[in-house]
Amino acid sequence: MTAVPISWFLTLSAVLFVLGVAGFLFRRSVITVFMSIELMLNAVNLSFVTFSYQLKEVNGHLFAFFVMVVAAAEAAVGLAIILTVFKNRGTLNIDDVDSMKN
Amino acid sequence: MDVILFLIFAVIAVVCAINVVVQTHPISSAISLVGVMGSLAVLYLLLGAEFIAAAQVIVYAGAIMVLFVFVIMLLNAGAESKRGRSFMAQLLGAPLLIALLGLLAYFVQRLFPRSVAVHFGGFTHGTPLDIGRALFTTYLLPFEVTSVLILIAILGAIVLARKEMD
Repeated sequence: MTAVPISWFLTLSAVLFVLGVAGFLFRRSVITVFMSIELMLNAVNLSFVTFSYQLKEVNGHLFAFFVMVVAAAEAAVGLAIILTVFKNRGTLNIDDVDSMKN
Repeated sequence: MDVILFLIFAVIAVVCAINVVVQTHPISSAISLVGVMGSLAVLYLLLGAEFIAAAQVIVYAGAIMVLFVFVIMLLNAGAESKRGRSFMAQLLGAPLLIALLGLLAYFVQRLFPRSVAVHFGGFTHGTPLDIGRALFTTYLLPFEVTSVLILIAILGAIVLARKEMD
């Protein structure tokens, strides 16, 4: 047995996605929350590439590429927002940035 | 051989991903995330996605993570304060996440029985040639829109992060 079942790749993708969700929900540092989002995007990319292999088409690779581009744009803007929030509030804890709650 | 490679790098990816979530210091999380991305690049190569593997290493592990580490250093972010999470998250978080994982794994197993198998070299159309051809014919409009999106992101980042000059 030398070939890997395709469901293993998809299960790995699901595990990584759930870990990303866990980090997003449980962590309090805004930078780590942001990294969890990147982890989820990576998991979805693995699914895209796996489906591309299954269908023997290149389209999934293009989608993974676009996800990467959007992730890069999102990281640039998001980290700039984090910088601004830190400059104005002096904290990275998301529980302390709750002025929209009231 | 393919199974061994897959298992090695899948285990590395999952262990690093767990490390991302449980480490309290952001810089440890960032380094673990680089580990996840590197092992995912190897898995992309296994799936025949050469271009995406290279882009993963360059764009994700290179550019984006350097940006993260840069911001962590710039803000001098220390270890996360251990404060109580909300009651609902404590009570329902873990069971709901396990339920989500179980549901995803169940449907994956149901929808994709073991008939399709991945072996190295089974898909050879992930080269930069094929990607480029698809990108500049079928996906030309999304590609151009993407360049506008990047431009807007650059402008937004500069506007947000600059010092007030007046």
